[in-house]
Amino acid sequence: MRYRVSISRKEGLSDPEGSTTGTALRDLGFDEVASVAFGRTIVLDVADGTDPGRVDEMCRRLLANPVIEDFSVEEL
Amino acid sequence: MTVAVVVFPGTNCEHDVVQALDAVGVGAELVWHRDEDLGGADGVVLPGGFAHGDYLRTGAIARFSPIMNPVTDLAAAGRPVLGICNGFQVLCEAGLLPGALVANRDLQFICRPVEIEVTSKKSVLTAAAHIGEVLRLPLNSYEGNYVAPVDEIDSLEASHRVVLRYHGENPNGSTHAIAGLASAAGNVAGLMPHPERASEAVLGSTDGLVLLESFAASLVPA
Repeated sequence: MRYRVSISRKEGLSDPEGSTTGTALRDLGFDEVASVAFGRTIVLDVADGTDPGRVDEMCRRLLANPVIEDFSVEEL
Repeated sequence: MTVAVVVFPGTNCEHDVVQALDAVGVGAELVWHRDEDLGGADGVVLPGGFAHGDYLRTGAIARFSPIMNPVTDLAAAGRPVLGICNGFQVLCEAGLLPGALVANRDLQFICRPVEIEVTSKKSVLTAAAHIGEVLRLPLNSYEGNYVAPVDEIDSLEASHRVVLRYHGENPNGSTHAIAGLASAAGNVAGLMPHPERASEAVLGSTDGLVLLESFAASLVPA
């Protein structure tokens, strides 16, 4: 089975890649863009029957840094 | 007294650190990240570089290397532990120092001398320096922008744990211009600029010596 982990920057922390890309999109005429947030996606192939709680633990211990990042886990 | 200088795959400042420690009269030995002891060293330096290619996040993989167990024990025992640049990032990921270091404000790799001001003497890094002393040290990093939750920053400031601050300009957007900080007990310290690259006149600056001398003076035999 396969899980997708999505990691995003915590609200309130600066995201220079996001703000720069947002400016570029508005320069291209996409005036509806209010903000752009960058993140990271990690796809994990794990043994069938793996509890999503195990993936949560992987995120807490290694894949995400709780000081600066939030994460979510979804089964694919 | 000896210092263990930790080498991760991708570390690249270990020899500079050994030579700079020699300049302040401290013997140093390299230890490999897979080692499980520090060879009886009285202190540790985690030098700069790109441990494990900076994959995932800077320091994220390095913190789980076997050598980090005795490093954590040494820190808990109150002995001096210093992280320079990537070593600072590793200490933050390992939870030995609070907060995290993220990409520079302007997304540029910064490689030039910067001025930093000593703002606290409560650390193994700054005990021999003077408050208000301005040092010119090379900065060489992409992820040098220090961040932490607001209450953590307030606590660091209130307890004088911000030991070095960028002076004049804030090159990377670091919160409160933090360039270096220390643990509550002061024995664990980290900074982004490189004191070892300002430790001999031939390098253009000896401003890093006062920091290395502080660290050297903090070493006591086990």
